[in-house]
Parts: sequence; structure tokens; C-alpha cells
Amino acid sequence: MPVPVPGATPPELIRNFCIIAHIDHGKSTLADRMLQLTGVVDPRQMRAQYLDRMDIERERGITIKSQAVRMPWKVDGTTHVLNMIDTPGHVDFTYEVSRSLAACEGAILLVDAAQGIEAQTLANLYLALEADLHIIPVLNKIDLPSAQPEKYAAEIAHLVGCDPDDIFRVSAKTGEGVKELLDHVVADVPAPVGDPDAPARALIFDSVYDTYRGVVTYVRVVDGELSHRERVLMMSTRATHETLEVGVISPEPVKASALGVGEVGYLITGVKEVRQSRVGDTVTAASNPARKDLGGYRPPHPMVYAGLYPIDGADFPELREALDKLQLNDAALVYEPETSGALGFGFRVGFLGLLHMEIVRERLEREFNLDLISTAPNVVYRVVMEDGTEHTVTNPSEYPDGKIAEVHEPVVRATILTPTDFIGTVMELCQARRGEQQGMDYLSEDRVEIRYLLPLAEIVFDFFDALKSRTKGFASLDYDEAGEQVAKLVKVDILLHGEPVDAFSSIVHTDAAYAYGVAMAKKLKELIPRQQFEVPIQAAIGARVIARESVRAVRKDVLAKCYGGDITRKRKLLEKQKEGKKRMKMVGRVEVPQEAFVAALATGEGAEKKK
Amino acid sequence: MPSTPPEGIEAPLDGRLPDSALATLGTRGFSLYVHVPFCATRCGYCDFNTYTAAELGAAPGSSQDAYLAAAVAELDLAVRVLGDPPPVRTVFFGGGTPTMLPAASLTGLLDAIRDRFELAEDAEITTEANPESVDAGYLDALVAAGFNRLSLGMQSARPSVLAVLERRHTPGRVAEVVTAARSAGFGSINLDLIYGSPGETASDWRESLTTALELAPEHVSAYSLIVEDGTRLARRIRRGELPAPDDDLHAELYQLAEQLLTSAGLENYEISNWALPGQECQHNLAYWLGDDWWGVGPGAHSHAGGIRWWNVRHPREYSGRLAAGSSPAQAREVLTKSQHHAERVLLELRLSRGLPLAELSPSERARADAFVADGLARADSAVLRLTPAGRLLADRVVTDLVEL
Repeated sequence: MPVPVPGATPPELIRNFCIIAHIDHGKSTLADRMLQLTGVVDPRQMRAQYLDRMDIERERGITIKSQAVRMPWKVDGTTHVLNMIDTPGHVDFTYEVSRSLAACEGAILLVDAAQGIEAQTLANLYLALEADLHIIPVLNKIDLPSAQPEKYAAEIAHLVGCDPDDIFRVSAKTGEGVKELLDHVVADVPAPVGDPDAPARALIFDSVYDTYRGVVTYVRVVDGELSHRERVLMMSTRATHETLEVGVISPEPVKASALGVGEVGYLITGVKEVRQSRVGDTVTAASNPARKDLGGYRPPHPMVYAGLYPIDGADFPELREALDKLQLNDAALVYEPETSGALGFGFRVGFLGLLHMEIVRERLEREFNLDLISTAPNVVYRVVMEDGTEHTVTNPSEYPDGKIAEVHEPVVRATILTPTDFIGTVMELCQARRGEQQGMDYLSEDRVEIRYLLPLAEIVFDFFDALKSRTKGFASLDYDEAGEQVAKLVKVDILLHGEPVDAFSSIVHTDAAYAYGVAMAKKLKELIPRQQFEVPIQAAIGARVIARESVRAVRKDVLAKCYGGDITRKRKLLEKQKEGKKRMKMVGRVEVPQEAFVAALATGEGAEKKK
Repeated sequence: MPSTPPEGIEAPLDGRLPDSALATLGTRGFSLYVHVPFCATRCGYCDFNTYTAAELGAAPGSSQDAYLAAAVAELDLAVRVLGDPPPVRTVFFGGGTPTMLPAASLTGLLDAIRDRFELAEDAEITTEANPESVDAGYLDALVAAGFNRLSLGMQSARPSVLAVLERRHTPGRVAEVVTAARSAGFGSINLDLIYGSPGETASDWRESLTTALELAPEHVSAYSLIVEDGTRLARRIRRGELPAPDDDLHAELYQLAEQLLTSAGLENYEISNWALPGQECQHNLAYWLGDDWWGVGPGAHSHAGGIRWWNVRHPREYSGRLAAGSSPAQAREVLTKSQHHAERVLLELRLSRGLPLAELSPSERARADAFVADGLARADSAVLRLTPAGRLLADRVVTDLVEL
């Protein structure tokens, strides 16, 4: 029996599945093995983690953008089509994960047999269960000496509601058990169901910008068929485009004439921005549009904002251009220009979360060769004034003056998985971060799931690092949005020589304001070089000073000797110092080196770790 | 290990200078410097281009004789390159320790200069000396040969400070040498002092200053200790064996020097130099005022008509070059207009005579006004001068002021 071709594959032969796993639990390695076993990648062409395209992903060993690979797999003489949809594995991309899951009928829950399930995996498992997917639990890395398959099988069985003996045990590294797993996918994952004669409906689960092809849109066809050279309609934006190409990835792109019910593949329409082809949207045929979309579309909305400034002010146009380019490939990235008295011209940039922020910043620095300062990340506050007017604050320096009735801050439901030894430490941390405990469940004898309602602002600072360091790296964290709450918040300003430095203003809880002010003033005292006059540093809430330090005036800055042989050297030193002054920012009359801003804005121990 | 030379462009093997540099010779003063690269021991703080006998070893080319022959050969080269050199206003023998040479050798070098150059009638002829390396006979010989100024490396009157600096002489030795120098006929004596050594207190420094002043020198140079990279002192500080110098304390010690020296009638005429009126070191002023000078000896720097060059540093390489008939210059630089301007600001602001405001661009002048307002400078009769507080911040003022 021949291998079914795209556009003419009976849905009953198709199996759409994804792999849910934590970073480092071996998802990419398992995918690599599947590519090899199904023969779509020649062993000689195999490179580690074939599917992770971007350098940053490869280096960090994580997957940011999902992809779908079509693989043939013969069971009992019949060649089936397996579509493996790779899901992003991080907390910031929950929505994208949910769309990937919606494109599948089954999910492999992959857990490291030496580490057990992690919070994000658990969160994604819950998403998969909600989406009614068939779950195939798998323990990976059973070849490791430290593997505890019995223990973690019991844990997973408890979570999924199956028998520990039904849990697959594989080693993605050696390939042990992977063939059986593929057979099992064919046997147990339901085939897709759809109406081939209905108007076409396909779910966009990913959208990637390619320099040469423009936007490549990944879809799962639910009803009807999408074909080459056809006008398609994006149901949320009502935009129409022509399909210049449809095809499948196996694992390189293969053109096809059409994609039918249950199939997973890609469309190229010539659009240049991923925003025109949004994840979660429904694609239909413009000539015979579906009446109802597939549901579940949600425009991305930023949770965290930070100011990004070029260290060299002259790089501002380059930064703008770089952000424009990144946005082609990142529908969640939003930004607008802003001006800081201290940092000059830059952008206020909105991110889905901290990882998203880190990735964007790193790509800007690496791919566009920019040196950037980023301000401390902050969440979005809703400030209601006594006169009833409302302000949305994405930048502390825009915090309104005047009589404030209420400030609302976003909160998240956080799930922390930790060994039981650390329950006390974790609770202490969450409590200190204004958390409200929501519950606690034992996953097994020595592992526990702790749930807290936490202000997002408390998480964006250095919560994850604090959690990791207090639990020796064992705890894992996941969170999702849970609305907002009223909180007692104030804006703390930092003044240098009487001038407020906008980049250092911060919105903090009343109880933490004093500590924040003292810490910041101390830090700046260390970072600001002595000037020829004394520089007072103050932290203030409105007109009330809550902390004070001062940088003593420099008294001596001269080299004593200057013989004939010293002149050239001295002049060169002067040229160098003059060059160095270009990297100084003036705050009023105070010269502040860029490095001081960078260091002062570094958030706790976490921000230094990358250096 | 001596500090590294600056980077420059290649210097021609025959030492030739462009006509543009030669054309203006004689419109400025002309001086000679002779570098004598020998010391009995290397002091822990020193990064000068100097060598002990042990460091040089017995290799031919490193001997004093090889050095003396090479220095004379360089004087010949100078005459060849300069053509008709203007009268020499000042000659300065520095080091190293010039007085490590036998008196006859040192005076022989001065004779060699006289044979080739016209010395101005009132030429200032100085040698540096270490208190332990000269005696009455030596000093007599110097005066007889025409030396008229002696610069003594006193450094400190406190044994504990001398020990930290690793200077070998005893404090009392300086007084003996000064007395001997006076009777030999030296009319101008400088005492070099260093302040701010690790562990040195304000009262230590006060004692050094008063001891120096009791000897009634015409001139005092007081340098705050600079911890140079690569010196033994720098290593000891890095290892925590000695405390690092403290700039605030240096400022206090500087003010003490200013107070004691000026009340003794010595006027500050350069950041680190004080002299009785008319006793300023003409040779150093030549450096600071942009005169021309030829520096003879290993690692010596020269300046002629906007060109600066410097010799190879090692005595063996130096004498080798000259023995082969080539110039010992390692590299040179041709000053651009803006570099020349930067040097003028940098050097002349160090002087009590100050920098003519006309040298400053309008925007530089505006910044100068800010320094005047801050009390770091004064602008009188079209000249910008640093105040005592400004002198302590001179490098900062210059960096802020100058346009490059």
C-alpha cells in the first residue's frame, strides 16, 4: 500500500499528536528519534535537536516556536500519517500551547524518569486534559543511573488516572521503546474527524516569518480542504490572501496540491507580518467561507513592560528597525517610543512574560548587534482617581499625581511543584511576596503541588530565581493570569542631586517601599562615581523622602608628574577619558556612567547570572 | 618592569625630520635631555626605564661604556638631523641615576654636548642624584664641569616611608649632600619628595616637608605616589600586604605641602613644583611650554616642531642601533592640530602662569566659565588659571574642558 500523499489522505489514517514535556526532559531528543525511525531524516543528516530552528533555542535547549512534522509509520502493513506538533514549553507561551493542543487528538506526556513532572508540564497536562486529548504517559531517560521510574510512574498514574504499569518507558537517547511508542500512537490516538464537504476551516496554531518566503502559517484542517492558488479568509481579521503555496513539513517543506480533513501543514500567502496571520485564528476559503470560526482565538496581550534603550543614543533608529523586524515574527511583541530623562530615546516594550522579554532582548543584542539598557520590568496597573478617571500605567514614570482612589494590579494563579522538604521555604517566599495560599496537594509521598494567588509584579522581579535558589533548583513554577486585585501601592522616586531619575521610579507595595528606597539609594551610592561636588541620593514617595545617601565630592583627580616623556601618554589617556565620557549620561549636573544604570536596574541576583 | 611605550608610527632609520619640523627650529627654546638608565637597585614604586647591573647582565652592549659611546653617537645624530641647532638653553641629566656613572663619565657627556652644541650663556644644567650616590668630590667635579643645578631624590624624611618606597638612603644623608653641594658651589638645589605612600600619615609628611625646608632648597618637587602597574609596590598592594593609597588623604597632604612650602617663600608654579621666584626649573618649563628638545638615551622622548618620538628602551638595543649607524628612535607621532591643542590645555593649565583664553574655542570657554563659577579656576587678564582646589582636580577639569 502506497504512502498517502497530502490532500488525499483518508482521515482515519492520520494521527495528530504533540509532546508535552518540561525543558530538558528530552522532548527534542525524542522527536529526533522519531524522525529517524520513520525515515524522514537520513541518519547522516541528523543533527541534534533537528526541529529547533533558532540559535537561541538550540543553545538554551528549549523550543520557542512549534512546528509540525509529517511522518509515515507502517502498522500491520498500512502506512499511517503521524503529525507531530511540537509545543512551546514555557510559561509565557500558554496560549500558543493551548492552540497547538487544539490541533491534536493526542498528547505524549513526557517526563524525565530522574526528575519527575514539573510545574509547567503539569499545567500543560491540565490544558491537554481540558482539550480532551488522549494522553500517553511516557517516562524518558530510563537509561540514567539516577532514574526512579517506579516512583515517578506512580506520580504520573495518580495525575492522569491510569495504571502505573501502562506508562511507557523509553530512552529517547538510545531509542529504546520509541518504536513501540509510535505503534501505540497509531493504536490509541483517535483519528481526526471532520466534514470533507463543508466549507474549509483550519486552525492556525503557529505562524513564523521567514526571510525568503514571508510568513509561513501552520494549520490543522478541520473541515473541507485548503488548496494551492486559492483565496483564503482569516476569520478574525477578515483579511483575504492567496495561497501561493500549501504543503507539509517532513521535516523539510514539501509542496502539496491541497490539505484535507485532519491534515496538518503550512500555507504561504506572501504576507510579511505574522500579525496578519494570527495564532488561534480560523482560515477559511474566501469563495465559500465557513459561517462559524473554530473558536478560541484570543489576541496576545502583554503582561510585562520594560523600557529598552540603546546604550549609544545614536543607535535609536537601529533599535526601531530591529523591533520592526522582530515583530514580523512575533505577534505578541508590542512597543512604542518613549523618552527617558535619564536614558534618552527608547521604547516601552510589552512582553508576554519574563522569558519572552529575555528572548527579545537577547535577539536584539545578538542578531542586530545592539547594546541595550533595559529598565526594571513592570506590570500594567489600573489607577482609579478619586474623581473617577482611570489611568492605565505601563511605565512607573507615568504614575498619576493627585488623589488616587484605588490601584489595581494583575494577579496570577501560581502552581509550584516542590519536594516536600522545601514546603516551608516556598510558603515563606510566597508569603513574603504577598501571596495568598489557594491549596496544596501531594503528588507523591515526597512531592507536593502548592497553589498561590500572587501579584504578577512580585513574580516579574526575581521570584523565579529566588524560588530556584531556595529549593536548590528543585522547585518548578507555572502561572496563569487570574484577573486583578486592589492593592496598596505607591510610586517610589529616586532623586540624584535633587533631580528625579525616571528610569529608577518604581511602583511598589506600601510595606516594601521603605526597604526598596533604602536598597536603591545604597546601591546607587556604590555605583555613582564621585563628582566634584557632593551628590545627595534620595528615595521619595511624592514629596516625602524615605531614604537618603550621599556620594562624597571627589577631592583629587590629577596625576602628579608630567615629564617630557609623559606627555604623549597623558594626551592619549585624555583622549580615552574623553571617549569614556560619551558613555556618561547627565542627570542634571551629575554624570552617571551607563554601567551604573545597567547595574542599578539589574534585578537581584538573577539579572547578573547571564553575564 | 618599566611601563610600556606609547604606540606611534614608524620612525625613519636615519632619524630624519620633515622640513616642516626643522623650519621652525629656533623659534622656540631648545633643550637637551640625557637619560642614564642605571640604578643600584630598583625601588618598589618605580616604573622608569632603568636597570640594575643584575638585570643588564654582562652582555656587551649593556655596559656603561657601550652606553656612553652610544649617547655620544646619538649627539652626533642629533647634530646631523637638526643641521644647525639653536643654542641649548637647558640640559638635564635624568634617569635612572645619572650619578651611578663615575663623575668623569658624567662630566665627559656634558663635554661631548659642549663640543657639538652651543650652550646658551645662562644655560641651566641639571643632574639628578641620589643622596647615597654622591660625595663632596663628585659634586666638586660636577660644578667644575659646569653643572649648576642639582636635583636630589630625598623622597621622605621618615625612615618608615623610605622603607615602604624601598629607598636605600638614611634621612640624614640628604642634609650632608646638600651641605656638600652648597660648598661645591651649587646655587640651585631641588629636593624631590613623594607623599601618600602606604601607611604615611599627615604628620610623617609634615616632618618631611619641614626637614626639607630646613635645608633651604631653591626648589621642591612634591609628587603624590602613583602606583604604577607592573611594579613591586602594585603587587604588594594587590596582595593586601600594603594599603592602597587614598586620594582623599593625598588631597589633604597636597594642601599641607602647599601651605608649608608657600609660607617658606616657595611659590607653586606647576601642580607638583614649588620654587623661589626665579628658581623655577627651566628645563621642565620647556616641556610644559612646548619647546623643542632632543632626548638622548634609551627610552628618551624628544620633541621638535610638532613631532614627538621616543627611543628604544633597552640599553642593549639602544647601543646596538647606534653602533649600526641608525637612529635609536622606536616610533614617532606627528601631532595634529587638535592634539597640539589638547596638549597645550593639558600642560599649560598645570602651570601657575595658566592658559591664554585665546587658546580656547567658544564652547571650551563656556565650560571654563563653569569651572570658574565652581571655584576651580580663575580667569584674569585673558588667562585661565586653576585655583588650589582646581589643581587637585586638574585632570578632570582638562577632560571636561577640552574639545578633541
